[in-house]
Amino acid sequence: MAEESAALGRALDDAADRSSERVYSATQWQLMWWRLRRHRLAMVAAVVLIGFYIVVLGANFLAISDPQFSEAFRGEMPPQRLHFFDGWSPGLYVNGVSGARDLKTFKKIYVNDPEVKIPVRLFARGYEYKFLGLIRTDRHLLGVSAPYKSEETLFLIGTDVQGRDVWSRLMLATRISMLIGLVSVVISLILGVVLGGVSGYYGGWPDIIIQRVIEILRSIPTIPLWMGIAAAVPREWSIIKIYFAITIIISLIGWTTLAREVRGRFLSLRDEDFVTAAELSGASKMRIIFRHMAPSFLSHIIASTTLALPAIIISETSLSFLGLGLRPPAISWGVMLQAAQNVQTIALTPWLMVPAVPVIGAVLAFNFLGDGLRDAADPYG
Amino acid sequence: MLGFIIRRLLLSLLTIFAVSVISFAIIQLPPGDYVSTYIAQLLTSGEVIDETEAANLRAQYGLDSPFPVQYYKWVSSAIQGDFGLSMEYQRPVGDVIGDRLALTAALAFVSIVFTWVLAIPIGVYSAVKQYSVGDYVFTFIGFLGLAIPNFLLALVLLYFGFVYLDANIGGLFSPGMVDQPYGPAKVWDLLTHLWLPSLILAVAGTAQLIRVLRANMLDELRKPYVVTARAKGLGEWRVVTKYPLRVAMNPLMSTVGYLLPLLVSGSIIVSIVMSLPTVGPMLLRSLLAQDMFLAGTIIMLIGVMTVIGTFISDLLLAWIDPRIRVENS
Repeated sequence: MAEESAALGRALDDAADRSSERVYSATQWQLMWWRLRRHRLAMVAAVVLIGFYIVVLGANFLAISDPQFSEAFRGEMPPQRLHFFDGWSPGLYVNGVSGARDLKTFKKIYVNDPEVKIPVRLFARGYEYKFLGLIRTDRHLLGVSAPYKSEETLFLIGTDVQGRDVWSRLMLATRISMLIGLVSVVISLILGVVLGGVSGYYGGWPDIIIQRVIEILRSIPTIPLWMGIAAAVPREWSIIKIYFAITIIISLIGWTTLAREVRGRFLSLRDEDFVTAAELSGASKMRIIFRHMAPSFLSHIIASTTLALPAIIISETSLSFLGLGLRPPAISWGVMLQAAQNVQTIALTPWLMVPAVPVIGAVLAFNFLGDGLRDAADPYG
Repeated sequence: MLGFIIRRLLLSLLTIFAVSVISFAIIQLPPGDYVSTYIAQLLTSGEVIDETEAANLRAQYGLDSPFPVQYYKWVSSAIQGDFGLSMEYQRPVGDVIGDRLALTAALAFVSIVFTWVLAIPIGVYSAVKQYSVGDYVFTFIGFLGLAIPNFLLALVLLYFGFVYLDANIGGLFSPGMVDQPYGPAKVWDLLTHLWLPSLILAVAGTAQLIRVLRANMLDELRKPYVVTARAKGLGEWRVVTKYPLRVAMNPLMSTVGYLLPLLVSGSIIVSIVMSLPTVGPMLLRSLLAQDMFLAGTIIMLIGVMTVIGTFISDLLLAWIDPRIRVENS
């Protein structure tokens, strides 16, 4: 133990001695990483986002029951509390729930039965799916012994009107919403970098036209416009086609900010000495852009891309919430929130609003991480 | 200055043109044309339109001509105030929208007022007392305000209103007031309802403006003239408000430009959630019902309103800040 701490102390001293040297020889990415590491909030946000993407990868594994499996008589069931201790010994279980109808109001009433203990298993068998789209399996993180037996249920955050498990749906919704955000931001990025690059590097007429287009797009209220375009997406299209259409519609929102950022960078770099030097030594335009200019603004672009994601996630959620984005049977945060559209449902079944939590969480995390990245990418910060 | 005004005016006209083209494209997007949808609509209610009438309608809107001609006809009649017929309401679009458009404008206006009234003192406080507890609290609230989509905020507030106040806090008028003609009592009733949705709408903009204002104030407060003012023995209040605040206030004018599209976009969804009688819910319904003339007109009018608002804010900005006039000319 003592030896270990002594070794650690030596290592730390060495690091302190060498730290100034290390700064001189560090690559730009290393410098950025060191600065980012000091940004606590950004690091927390990064961990949260990694969590989100783990859910994206393992959505089906984390789901408990088939997200599309509905059972009308189990509709609007409140969340079941997961118990971690059975008496004094550890043991996962939930209490049984029995439902009945109030014959006066026809409202469904569920009663928790503390006598009935339904054991919850780890790595239990459930519906079949392909893990990562490759391995066929039916194992899930949590489950009950007989998933479709009506008395044995496991609904961690209740069920929706049609008796589908909100938890499992939330896992799959996270996958789709995060992926749509990612694909949209990539499309916006391509549009933004190409148009912003042309605008900043060449200047002149292309610049004027692209800048006017950006100005025009930015002065139009987006939501009504995208609502109009999204409403025109034919209803009979397949889910895949609708995904694609909505992704493109959403990307149209994001590219203007990125294009402005890229243009600004190009403008400030165009007259730098090292670019002139490259030009004089006969480098081609492509080589100047990608070999000499791109590395010095790439980090900024990454930061702005991260900051562009929240707006994209919110637009997808808003459009789907209004019924103009993704439509059932597709599941996304917005589609799920559609169920919580009026006061009555919210008052009676507040757990249907749970999908709002990941929306806010993801938006906050991307904002914090983006802020941290922007600070880290700024050499004068 | 004149050159600046002319340039901005030209850009605004260009934007309005773009908005009208996009709106018209939206009207055209769904399969079939307005008349065939209209005929199908009438058929469901048992009415039959004969061929000549259909042809007359088509001729009236020039639906048999190519896209640019159709667009020209639509725009020229729109300028004269004829936006076509709403299929759902069977009334001219202008009549259907009028009231709601005014309420949408009122909502956006009150939201801007809220944004400023909240953001200025908070932004100044955060800058003057940088890294104080208050600064951290406001920064945190600001981040939350940016992260929560305003329709979710509206939902949550509706829920709390329902659970704790046992009242429906949606709507812009009390139940008894809806059908009353406009008068002092109704306007007062409107004001008592308008503040909550306006506040919800203002949250995101306020959060953004606080950050801009704080950053600008911090820049200004570090400048030598502030030190001079302090050295001369001016009171802290005067030091802050006399020049730094005035310089830092610039974004207030310039942000109207992006605040307006943001507010109008937001008001659409918030109105749907809170069932406010603005154009929002009507736009959604018309889009879902493919009542395209109504939807296209709403989108166009909202766009035009926003462009005009932005134009006015640009002029104000140039008037306040000479640097902008010079830079642009």
